[in-house]
Amino acid sequence: MMNWRRYATIYAALWRNSVVREMSFKGNFILWVFVEFLWFGLQLSFIGVIYLHTDRINDWTKWEVVLLIGASHFIQQIFQAFFLTNCTQLSELIRTGKLDFMLLLPVNTRFLVSLRQVDLGGFVNGSSAIAVMIYALKQLHITPSFGQVAGFLALCLSGILIHYSLMLLLSSASFWTVRAQGIVWGYYNLFNIARMPDSAFQGLFRAFFTFAIPMLLVSNVPAKLLLRHLQSPLEIVLLIGMSLVCFALSEFGWRFALRRYTSASS
Amino acid sequence: MRKYWHVINIGIQNTLVYRTNFLFRATFSLVPLLATIFLWSTIYRSKGSGDVGGYTLSGMISYYLLVTIVDALTAVTDDDWQIANDIREGTISQFLLKPIDFLFYRFCLFGANRLIYVAVAVIPVGIFIYFWRENFVFPATAQLFGWFLLSIVLTGLLQFFMSYTMALLAFWLLEVSTFIFIVFAFEYVAGGHLFPLNILPPAFAAILNYTPFPYLLFFPVSIYLGQLSHDEIMRGLLIQTLWTVFFYGLARFTWSRGIRKYSAVGG
Repeated sequence: MMNWRRYATIYAALWRNSVVREMSFKGNFILWVFVEFLWFGLQLSFIGVIYLHTDRINDWTKWEVVLLIGASHFIQQIFQAFFLTNCTQLSELIRTGKLDFMLLLPVNTRFLVSLRQVDLGGFVNGSSAIAVMIYALKQLHITPSFGQVAGFLALCLSGILIHYSLMLLLSSASFWTVRAQGIVWGYYNLFNIARMPDSAFQGLFRAFFTFAIPMLLVSNVPAKLLLRHLQSPLEIVLLIGMSLVCFALSEFGWRFALRRYTSASS
Repeated sequence: MRKYWHVINIGIQNTLVYRTNFLFRATFSLVPLLATIFLWSTIYRSKGSGDVGGYTLSGMISYYLLVTIVDALTAVTDDDWQIANDIREGTISQFLLKPIDFLFYRFCLFGANRLIYVAVAVIPVGIFIYFWRENFVFPATAQLFGWFLLSIVLTGLLQFFMSYTMALLAFWLLEVSTFIFIVFAFEYVAGGHLFPLNILPPAFAAILNYTPFPYLLFFPVSIYLGQLSHDEIMRGLLIQTLWTVFFYGLARFTWSRGIRKYSAVGG
């Protein structure tokens, strides 16, 4: 119990630091929010263009896909708010040897490495994603029940856990390669798949991105819960199960990678 | 001139260090490409009729394959970040003292970078294209291929001059990455990365043709695919040349302005 309180206090201090840091670069903060907003708009415009030429992608209609993209953006932004910068900075910590200081502190190193900074812009962009989802639901004449919304949020958490676990695993590769800017870029490519309707894919591709790298579950399952499109509760079980598997794997990978750490220039 | 050969040589050696990075980059980028191809296949299947804005499914796939090739040949990957970093950290000072033209110097490095990237990417992209070879088309005439090569050279120049100008904003701003991302976002859609521009409503596509964006990717691809008449190619090449010259001038102008502002931080 004491332990939880201690971590909560530490995390609160990290939050305070992040807010101060972000607010000292206000202009930059606003610009980044704008950049993310622009990308979100562009993804939606792609859907707009596609649906100029067709009225469905397999069983997905236009506003259903808009909802899916909203959900995907929401999950991605909340993930970004808590974890993304921290994961990408890992390679820098390793390269410069700053990880030494984190290993010396009397807290769980993974906790510190993963949650050091909060990216507040993620919350702003997350809310624009919520607005788009609400609009899409209006267009579809769906009023989700309280249970559905709660379930949606819980599934989003699983999705975020998957993103985080995979990203940490990828970043841990920098214990071997040191210069790993390509990693973030590679992960952005995977994000691209998370926002596509699952039934657009079949066969090996779909199996791979469901069971190996569960990108097609992350936002599809929560969105389908809202749309009442779930074929069976098994899809929910699968998402939650995969998120736990990913988390366990990332813990294993992290510990394995940390053993490789030799520090730098000291 | 000989000193620039040395620059290219050094650039090649420096870039070779990142060959694994390039290999990852090239391979990773095939994943969303594959997803896009599958997505379009499903769209064509759900639609029943075989035509989207004049593209058959096979035409659509060859479009994306060509986009991948032109992108590998001409895209600026890291150069703009490096230039902005040099300015921010003051390491650019050394170039002011040397009898070297910074724009040309960076252009040589860009060329070296592309050379290595293409050499590395040719393996995964080649395998990928071989896998989709039934959809891969060759240009109808040798003449068409010639125009395509010419416009690719212009595309490379335009890509470089635009990125170079953006990076020089670092003389005034602490953080240029947001601006680079904003331009990239426009390029991504209006350049034809995401979808071929001629499936847009015609009026909209016509307006886009006067912006620099289609000339960063879409224009050479549409020459190759034989979508343009001879007159359209000539007009396009003219506009592309004008934009290239414009951004070259802008790059020179920004540099001469920026250098006056430059305070050699840390130097």
